[in-house]
Amino acid sequence: MPTDRVQYQFKEDNLLQSEPNSLKTEELKAEEMIMNLGPQHPSTHGVLRLEVLMEGEIVNKVVPHIGYLHRCFEKHAENLPFNQIIPFVDRCDYVTSMNNEHIFAMGVERMLGIEKQIPKRVEYIRVLVSELNRIASHLIAIGAYGMDMGSFTPFFWIMRDREHILRLLEWASGARLLYNYIWVGGLYYDVPIGFEERCREFVRYFRPKLKELEVVLVENKIFIERTANVGVLPLDLAINCGVTGPMLRASGLRFDLRKVDGYSVYPELEFSVPIGEGKMGKTGDCWDRTWVRLEEIYQSLHLVEQCIDHLEGNHKRTREFDPQAMVPKKIRPPKQDLYVRGEMPKGELGFFFRADGKSDVPLRCKCRSASFVNLSVLPEIAKGVLVADLIAILGSIDIVLGEVDR
Amino acid sequence: MRDHDHFFSVVNAVCKVEVRRDDATTPKTIIVSAEDIPAVCSLLQSDPSCYFDMLSCVTGLDNGLDAGTMEVVYNLYSIPFNAHLMIRTTVPRDNPELPSVSGVYKTAEWHEREVFDLYGIRFTGHPDLRRILLPADWEGYPLRKDYKHQEYYRGVRVEY
Repeated sequence: MPTDRVQYQFKEDNLLQSEPNSLKTEELKAEEMIMNLGPQHPSTHGVLRLEVLMEGEIVNKVVPHIGYLHRCFEKHAENLPFNQIIPFVDRCDYVTSMNNEHIFAMGVERMLGIEKQIPKRVEYIRVLVSELNRIASHLIAIGAYGMDMGSFTPFFWIMRDREHILRLLEWASGARLLYNYIWVGGLYYDVPIGFEERCREFVRYFRPKLKELEVVLVENKIFIERTANVGVLPLDLAINCGVTGPMLRASGLRFDLRKVDGYSVYPELEFSVPIGEGKMGKTGDCWDRTWVRLEEIYQSLHLVEQCIDHLEGNHKRTREFDPQAMVPKKIRPPKQDLYVRGEMPKGELGFFFRADGKSDVPLRCKCRSASFVNLSVLPEIAKGVLVADLIAILGSIDIVLGEVDR
Repeated sequence: MRDHDHFFSVVNAVCKVEVRRDDATTPKTIIVSAEDIPAVCSLLQSDPSCYFDMLSCVTGLDNGLDAGTMEVVYNLYSIPFNAHLMIRTTVPRDNPELPSVSGVYKTAEWHEREVFDLYGIRFTGHPDLRRILLPADWEGYPLRKDYKHQEYYRGVRVEY
């Protein structure tokens, strides 16, 4: 008997009704048992529930249950004008908001046909903040993974260094995590005076710290023994499962959408794409994924420096420069279907748009998130591993549940 | 050589029902009938002149009560040829059902579960077709145009 006063009707079998186990107890073999991992457990990196079929210490099958953080992004997007969707896009993957905004804004600009008219300074600022945010995301990935593997100190280090990035982005946009900084057609505001200098200072400060992280965590013997040769993802399986980003690169394919698609000003910048080489074990193991992320931070630092060079050189701040000059008053794309994709730290973020040409809201805005697809490979590579290795594999996928569930 | 005309002729050869094309979309689209989808995907994946080895995205679409149809859109990508292709199919709204491509692309498994969850489109031959984002006892399919949410879910008011 529902009333407004009752917040939640507790019944013992509520969980069994809302997320029933997909494994049946009747069908278990003699030594097998079903173990429930999550949804409230720190090593699941959020609210992920894993149903694990175990035989002693060996994992025979994993069934992920997701959706605990579902916030109806696509339903919201069907009821909002394009510029008002951007704050929701921020909240998809809440540790890399800038990258999400960049790709979303790029898609809408492509629909409007103004992608090529965006001022170069705006594009360089976009790439600058995206790369800063990419560093922050990879730091979280490596540090939290280190904590999963039992190394506590590097987590504090990365949180300290990430805070510098967040302060920079807060200075530019006014918010620490969810920025709404990159708008369709431009930016909320130009970067503040002195931002370039502070970015340079950060890069100078951060390079030695990153080396320290590499020596203490990634090249640590205990860490290598926990992660090398664990959770090997073969390349053909990775491609068939649609895995992208550092996970795909760790399996040995030099595939980065910043290079392949060459969107924004990435073709004008110089960077290399690191791939997993199986230095400590087989190509595509958990260690390779961490190593690829670490190398990508070095590349992102290089990109940040180049962007600052451009922002202080050819595309200087002028009194006349208006980052909102190209922002359309009314965002009404012509009737079309469009799929846009870009590289965010976890992999390929894609948006499918359908515009009807008559309204300011999209008829359909589908978000293809990288974590969602990357997580779907977990049951494939976690067959026959130990329970401790299951945690290692899960951590190396680097999921953000906000993006998995949207 | 590896342009939309080529893909169109490859797809046309395998389909039983007439194939149409739509060049106004980005990337360009081939419209096939629902029952041909697995054959088309498997051919596009294995044909050495196409080699669409990655399925980027599966999108469901509801055209509303007046049109009486729903659509499923597949975004394919070929890594070696750097080629994109969109495949679109239409299913009736009163009995939305089409064969699954999870036998060809493993990634389709979760994508199709999501489409089933939010649109109620059933994929025949899918190994594990359950709701994925919403709870199993949720009523209705939220992204349908005529969706009305239930008033209470376990004593919690759904209306915010």
